[in-house]
Amino acid sequence: MEAFLQHIINGVSLGSIYALIALGYTMVYGILQLINFAHSDVYMIGAFIGFYSARWLNVSDAPGYGSFFSVLFIAMIGCSILGFTIERLAYRPLRKAPKLNALITAIGVSLFLEYSGQIVFGATPQVFPNILEDSIVATFGEVRVTKFDATILITTFALMLILRHIIQHTKLGKAMRATSFNGPWASLMGINVDRIISMTFVIGSALAAAGGILVGIKYPKIEPLMGVMIGLKAFVAAVLGGIGNIAGAVLGALIMGLAEEFVVGYGASTYRDALAFGILIIILLFKPAGLLGKFTVEKV
Amino acid sequence: MVDFKRSILMPVLVILVCLGIDYVVPEIFNPYLQTLIAYSGINIILAVSLNLVNGFTGQFSIGHAGFMAAGAYMSAFLTMTFPHWAGPIVGLNFFFNTIAGGLLAAAAGFAVGLPSLRLKGDYLAIVTLGFGEIIRVVLLNIEAVGGARGMYGIHHSASIFWTGFWVFICCFTVTRLMNSTHGRAFLSVREDEIAAESMGVDTTKYKVRAFVISSFFAGVAGSIFAHYLCYLNPSSFAFMKSIDVVVMVVLGGMGSISGSFVAAIIITLLPEALRPLQEITTIDFRMVIYSLTLIVLMLTKPQGLFGELEISDLFRKYVKRHS
Repeated sequence: MEAFLQHIINGVSLGSIYALIALGYTMVYGILQLINFAHSDVYMIGAFIGFYSARWLNVSDAPGYGSFFSVLFIAMIGCSILGFTIERLAYRPLRKAPKLNALITAIGVSLFLEYSGQIVFGATPQVFPNILEDSIVATFGEVRVTKFDATILITTFALMLILRHIIQHTKLGKAMRATSFNGPWASLMGINVDRIISMTFVIGSALAAAGGILVGIKYPKIEPLMGVMIGLKAFVAAVLGGIGNIAGAVLGALIMGLAEEFVVGYGASTYRDALAFGILIIILLFKPAGLLGKFTVEKV
Repeated sequence: MVDFKRSILMPVLVILVCLGIDYVVPEIFNPYLQTLIAYSGINIILAVSLNLVNGFTGQFSIGHAGFMAAGAYMSAFLTMTFPHWAGPIVGLNFFFNTIAGGLLAAAAGFAVGLPSLRLKGDYLAIVTLGFGEIIRVVLLNIEAVGGARGMYGIHHSASIFWTGFWVFICCFTVTRLMNSTHGRAFLSVREDEIAAESMGVDTTKYKVRAFVISSFFAGVAGSIFAHYLCYLNPSSFAFMKSIDVVVMVVLGGMGSISGSFVAAIIITLLPEALRPLQEITTIDFRMVIYSLTLIVLMLTKPQGLFGELEISDLFRKYVKRHS
């Protein structure tokens, strides 16, 4: 029973990191119908910005919430700029091209970030600086909640509340919802669609950067290809919940995190990477638009 | 009455040409270039067969490497366990093993396609991607084929002849198919699924059919790959391999067989052609240049190198008009 509860805590913590990344995928998909393959590499760059900014701020050996939040902040700002640039240079010229071209461009951007990352940062894994010290904050019998898990959960939760506030209660959010509902009509109503799309990339990339930092403190080994698998899983999580749906992305990510933790915990760890896709396929066969997605009937 | 030209002369001619290439290539090129030629051939089979699904039928599959893996492992396993089951001739054994690999891949394609081809667009893409990964992870866990260690010492039976032979079979099949009733049905599914359905085309059936044929050739390509490299490892068939094939199809032009053919050769040779640059700068810029080329090409030539045209169309358009 204790082991079971422990797995739940670990799984939720893993799932909330997936959720941060999945949100970026789902927001961009909701507005542009584009699978932004480069998103997983924005997350990787976020982790590396954290790595270098911790050195630059001289907090590599000064663990504490001050250093954690300043590194987090810098990484989020840096990745927002990166996301904005990617959208401006690579995706905007393709707004009217077939979807597949945008997709291949996204793959191109992703490869570009990965391989230039290998040149700039080096291909060997680096150890993420110790900007937060791990300790046990609460014990329930045998079940332990570590400071890392608590930080991850609280940070993710706070970021999601902010995101929810932006989307539901600000003018920007209203414009984003309108654009995702129907782009051309939104622009008829005086919404600057290009600006909204840029903002979507900015917000999504900032969330990915936060994911990068949180992964960095929990699994402190970062390398230029670290985004590939986690990005794929986060994307699967977004599809699982119904892509384009923000609550769905969080739900899907939590399911993925928990399922993965249980598979590893109960001994089939070599099948870990197949599991994500197994769940996805089974759910899509029964609910073709994902768990919370709306199934639209195609009309002539 | 058997059409002599088509049914006897043509295959004989093809086999003779392939044998000729097989004889000439080792004389002219060094082993490194020979390997590149074989890889180009394998990639051509993969790209042309994927074009059948992505280009002609308008479905979006990004799990081609999975089917390639299924075919590669099946044929390699047969070669390792029953070295002489089809007689003493190595080539004949290889031929039948390749077909067996292709059939397993086709069966996998059927199993994947039947439920998932009812999904649309990006959902289908993700499901095919997922199946590709699942096939890889399952292979990673089967000890009989080496698991994560990979499979060593497969007989080197794939020559340039066999590569050329299968490239021909693949291109021939796809070309003839696209000029048949089935091909028209594939195209109608791509152009407008609802209209096709209302004209009595069983869209799911045709999608599955395209998918199965495409998977068969992916398996064949896998088998050639296995018997040329003589070593298999599940990581050769990761997600990036599938993406490579999709890139070839889009770069060449969706729905252009000659486009896929040319793009496959370019994508195979480009990283190798950039090798001297790496030696000058001592930094591996190749993949960066490759990805930048990809982005620039997509921005400047979104329909791919050939669009929907074939070499023969281009010939008619540009050469004949001026003469």
